[in-house]
Amino acid sequence: MSYFDKILIANRGEIARRIIRTCKDIGIRTVAVYSEADVDAPFVEEADEAVCIGPAQAKKSYLDIERVIQVAKETEVQAIHPGYGFLSENPVFVRRCEEEGIVFIGPDARIIELMGSKIEARRQMQSAGVPVVPGFDGKLASVEEALSIAEKLGYPLMLKASAGGGGIGMQLVHTPDELKKAFDSTMQRAASYFGDGTLFLEKWISNPRHIEVQVACDAQGNAVHLFERECSVQRRNQKVIEESPSPYLDERARAELLETALRGVKQIGYVTVGTMEFIFDDKKNFYFLEMNTRLQVEHPVTEEITGLDLVEWQIRLAAGEPLPLQQENIRRNGHAIECRLYAEDPQTFFPSPGTLTRLHIPETDVRLDFAVVEGSVVTPFYDPMIGKIITHGQDRADAIRKMEKVLEACKVEGVKTNTSLLQKVMRDEEFRKGQYTTRFLDKLLV
Amino acid sequence: MSENKSIISPVPGIFYRKPSPDKEVFVNEGDSVKAGDVIGLIEVMKNFYEIKAEADGIVERFCVENEDIVDAGQEVAVMK
Repeated sequence: MSYFDKILIANRGEIARRIIRTCKDIGIRTVAVYSEADVDAPFVEEADEAVCIGPAQAKKSYLDIERVIQVAKETEVQAIHPGYGFLSENPVFVRRCEEEGIVFIGPDARIIELMGSKIEARRQMQSAGVPVVPGFDGKLASVEEALSIAEKLGYPLMLKASAGGGGIGMQLVHTPDELKKAFDSTMQRAASYFGDGTLFLEKWISNPRHIEVQVACDAQGNAVHLFERECSVQRRNQKVIEESPSPYLDERARAELLETALRGVKQIGYVTVGTMEFIFDDKKNFYFLEMNTRLQVEHPVTEEITGLDLVEWQIRLAAGEPLPLQQENIRRNGHAIECRLYAEDPQTFFPSPGTLTRLHIPETDVRLDFAVVEGSVVTPFYDPMIGKIITHGQDRADAIRKMEKVLEACKVEGVKTNTSLLQKVMRDEEFRKGQYTTRFLDKLLV
Repeated sequence: MSENKSIISPVPGIFYRKPSPDKEVFVNEGDSVKAGDVIGLIEVMKNFYEIKAEADGIVERFCVENEDIVDAGQEVAVMK
């Protein structure tokens, strides 16, 4: 049974292939859109239809709302899956889909806007009784106001753009002087990146852990969680390794976190699949950070421990179907880890585009979600992540052991990759004990 | 008579003449620059690589437009 006959995928790379895979399984035809730089990419080949929508520059192709809408109409799709990044959290795009009678596979524009404003999201969560990082929820009108509020909150503080997110548009300040210096530039940057210079202040949490909760909600008002993902292995606020369950949480803390996340999504009337991100301080207090109103890069770890297909869930929920399972029927089994393979220099982290003259990764006991195949060109125009390696074990040690085995046998030539760094993490004592924070990777690199 | 000298981008990507869309260009054609001055950026996989003048001189002309695609080894500007 299928919910739509045909959908368009407004994305590229591994996530476009991932969505195509589920669509094939459930009998939905797919339309890929691609830029001139991606003409030979595997996802273009694998979709039932493919339409070139412009030159390599994302602004002129993957981010061109009117061009994507035009192709959706010409190819007569009933729905658009936005993947992650690009147009996935763009309320203007969602409204255009609504106007054209095309289903956007995600929440409606109102929710995206609500969660896109970090100030508004904080207020909503507070009214649901979800703890937020101590801070000031108002717009900071001037540097003078910021200084007087900062005095009350106490330093160090994080100066953040309300329209920001994903680690972009924020500045750590330790003193009034630093706040004074950072204020104008942070506001300007926010205005130019996000089209909105509104700033607010949050207490800075030292040595935090980043743990998120996968949720799914239907239009009938039901909400379930699909457990948490531990995402603290990061560099410059970008995730590198994720796992589930989190080695940091005991059953009581986990239950409290999951229950709190559900309270938050019910408050805003969320529909479809989404992620509530939290940070934990060193005393196990946790606070809402932001909500991602889309599929996450790291969704495979959840799929591996639950045996569920999150893309299928998204499609069903977007079609107005009720949740396929009730909470008590969602179980987790074992432990899953995902490593993101980046085309970059493992020392300098500078990107490494090029042609993959060799790509050999063992295929047993591992899930590979890759953008590329041997011979593919890794173009300089988009994200450096070329694939994700996911292992599932009966427990954490088993998942790590399987990951080590895969990484050891992994042969990539033609571009540099972070494989050696991933191996170093898997061998690291702190990582093996599960005692790591978001500062872990920086410390490992010293 | 001074000789013309090419500024080459060592990396492929998208060329920008401005630090951000709402800012002024780093340099105009005909401007004097010092060695090490940034004259443009190359965006490569969401990272930015600075294109710098290798010596003091005058930026005679740019060979690529703002937001154009460049290949590794491509000439982006000519210095005098």
